Amino acid sequence: MAVLKVTFTKTNRDKLAQVLWVLNWVSVVTGVTLFSLGLFLKVEIVKRRELMSKEIVSVPNMLICVGLTACAINFLGGKICYDCVDTTKFLRWKLLMLPYIICTFFFTFCILVGALMCYSMRNDLEESLFLGLRDAMRYYKDTDMPGRCYIKRTMDMLQMQFQCCGNGGYRDWFHIQWISNRYLDMTDSEVVERLRSNVEGKYLIDGVPFSCCGLHSLRPCIQHQITNNSAHYNYDYRKEELNLNRRGCRQALLEHYTQIMQSIGLIVLIIWLFEVSVLTGVRYLQTAMENVLRLGDPDSESDGWLLENSIADTARYNFNIIKNLGKCYQVDDDPNIDVPSSSLQAQENVPVKQIPVAR
Amino acid sequence: MVLLKMKFPFQKRVRLAQGLWLLSWVAMFSGAITFAMGVFLKTELHRRSEVMHSMDIHIVPNLLMAVGLASVGINICAGKVCQDSLDPSRFPRWKTFLPPFFCFSVFLTSLLLVAMILSFALQPSLEESLKIGLKNGISFYKDTDTPGRCFQKETIDRLQIEFQCCGNTNYRDWFEVQWISNRYLDFTSKEVKDRVRSNVDGRYLLDGVPFSCCNPASPRPCIQYSLRDNSVHYNYEYQTEELNLYSRGCRQALVSYYMGLMNTIGPCVLFDFLLQMAILVSLRYLQTAMEGVIGQENVEIETEGYILEKGVKETLLETKEKVKRLLQLAQVGDASSTTPGTQPEEEKPATA
Repeated sequence: MAVLKVTFTKTNRDKLAQVLWVLNWVSVVTGVTLFSLGLFLKVEIVKRRELMSKEIVSVPNMLICVGLTACAINFLGGKICYDCVDTTKFLRWKLLMLPYIICTFFFTFCILVGALMCYSMRNDLEESLFLGLRDAMRYYKDTDMPGRCYIKRTMDMLQMQFQCCGNGGYRDWFHIQWISNRYLDMTDSEVVERLRSNVEGKYLIDGVPFSCCGLHSLRPCIQHQITNNSAHYNYDYRKEELNLNRRGCRQALLEHYTQIMQSIGLIVLIIWLFEVSVLTGVRYLQTAMENVLRLGDPDSESDGWLLENSIADTARYNFNIIKNLGKCYQVDDDPNIDVPSSSLQAQENVPVKQIPVAR
Repeated sequence: MVLLKMKFPFQKRVRLAQGLWLLSWVAMFSGAITFAMGVFLKTELHRRSEVMHSMDIHIVPNLLMAVGLASVGINICAGKVCQDSLDPSRFPRWKTFLPPFFCFSVFLTSLLLVAMILSFALQPSLEESLKIGLKNGISFYKDTDTPGRCFQKETIDRLQIEFQCCGNTNYRDWFEVQWISNRYLDFTSKEVKDRVRSNVDGRYLLDGVPFSCCNPASPRPCIQYSLRDNSVHYNYEYQTEELNLYSRGCRQALVSYYMGLMNTIGPCVLFDFLLQMAILVSLRYLQTAMEGVIGQENVEIETEGYILEKGVKETLLETKEKVKRLLQLAQVGDASSTTPGTQPEEEKPATA
């Protein structure tokens, strides 16, 4: 008994073919959309490559590939559906249709995987951003070293654009030497004292770069001696909230990328639903056209279904096929082949007859 | 003496009408683009209106928006006229409508040229407006507790960061203004008292700038205070230091930005103007050619098309006479309505 059987008259079949032809062209457009979404995500990730320890390439590449494949598959589908209106033209595609439907089924599964990957990228990204930002802050002062000379500028622009400071917060800058030795007067007692005060000989201060300054602050920015209340008039660092950017840059970038990916994931899910519906329509059209050919009369009614037998039967049938693929050379079932008996008793019971010699 | 006469056989008329119909669609699209560009320019000017003192420059986007919208209407009419011109029975209803339509359209289209000229002519006015606006913004930078001025600090900071500029003409403008509020100055400190006493107005002036003037491209951490004092900072010489702060002034940065915008919009507006004038000229030829066909039995005859029936001077004199007559009629109409007694007197001599 067939799964979800529907009866199609000739006009129903024709209308279904025309509608599917239009829908396939719409799917080509959605395929282009998928491709451009993947490209957009790739560009966004490459823009901030310096701040990530390892670039996340899987998700955008997946979306780009799936988008291009969608265009190709739906282009072919459009051609097939256009020809399905005429039973003679359908004969051309008859043998190709079932493999096409199976391929499209796996392909829509890939779209779903792509959508789910968008939502799961977050953890990888957080780890990558944590390490990337930590390194960027460490190399902030190295503006004279080739390969690292632009990190200061990148970090400053990031902190100003996203209104964030440091990795997790502004205190991260207190643990790093972000002022290069070229600009430190080593004869000054204060500098020497600071360098001696820690094991690694780093010049650490309770100050942050200018790019951490908050735009909403009511007073001019206090970037140095942040934790020293007596250094500034009318200032209490525990109560001061607007002076510096409070958010950490890791958090800010994570939110930015999560927002992009959630939107992309949602669009890809909608495209997936659309593709599944087109695939269902094409399957119905294929089975209806095949039944029409079986009945012989191109104008008669025919049935269309998703599966000819129930799901369990179809699964068993396909499983048997796969099992028997490995048994090409087995001959147990063929009665015409003479199989020598392996029983010793049978051999003994057969009397050995001597052939009489003619005299 | 007819101006720019051309002969139009039937086929040429038909082709002119069809070509003009297509062209009117293109011009409609181009008018919509002109409108959109006007809207874009206006929003960009409006975004920075806090640092602009006068709104004179807004006339340029206003003109572009008005003419863009009007040209959409003009081109719809032109398209309809072209469609009707292929059918001689429907063309006569446009007869009285077309002459004033032409005058109106030519006037509106010339406004595009006026807008383009104004965009160059108003540059000094824009610069002056920005000079005053920025001067006020910098003066009120410290007044974050005064209602009406509390956002100046944020506006100026954002402007300097976004346009990569510092001060009005350059960073030294900050040395002449007290940009640190008295609320954050310790008046018991000797340094503060010295600085306040050192000038007539009792302002706290220093050779320092706000953080938003800092240039991220500088290889060293930003030096904002004691800019003129080489001894305070190690390995620093303010005369040769170029990358520490933004060297451009915000007035110049904003003027360049807006001039750049208008220079980009300029060619598109010029193209729209030329297209529109071409359509109006062709439509005039079509109208005059079709007028030769009206009333004739054979619609496929050859007719003449021209821009003006008489020479330019004669046409101007004629229009002046017509307008004078219209005004006189209006006056006589007023006179007769206020003094009804004079009318029976006029009639009496006629009957007698």
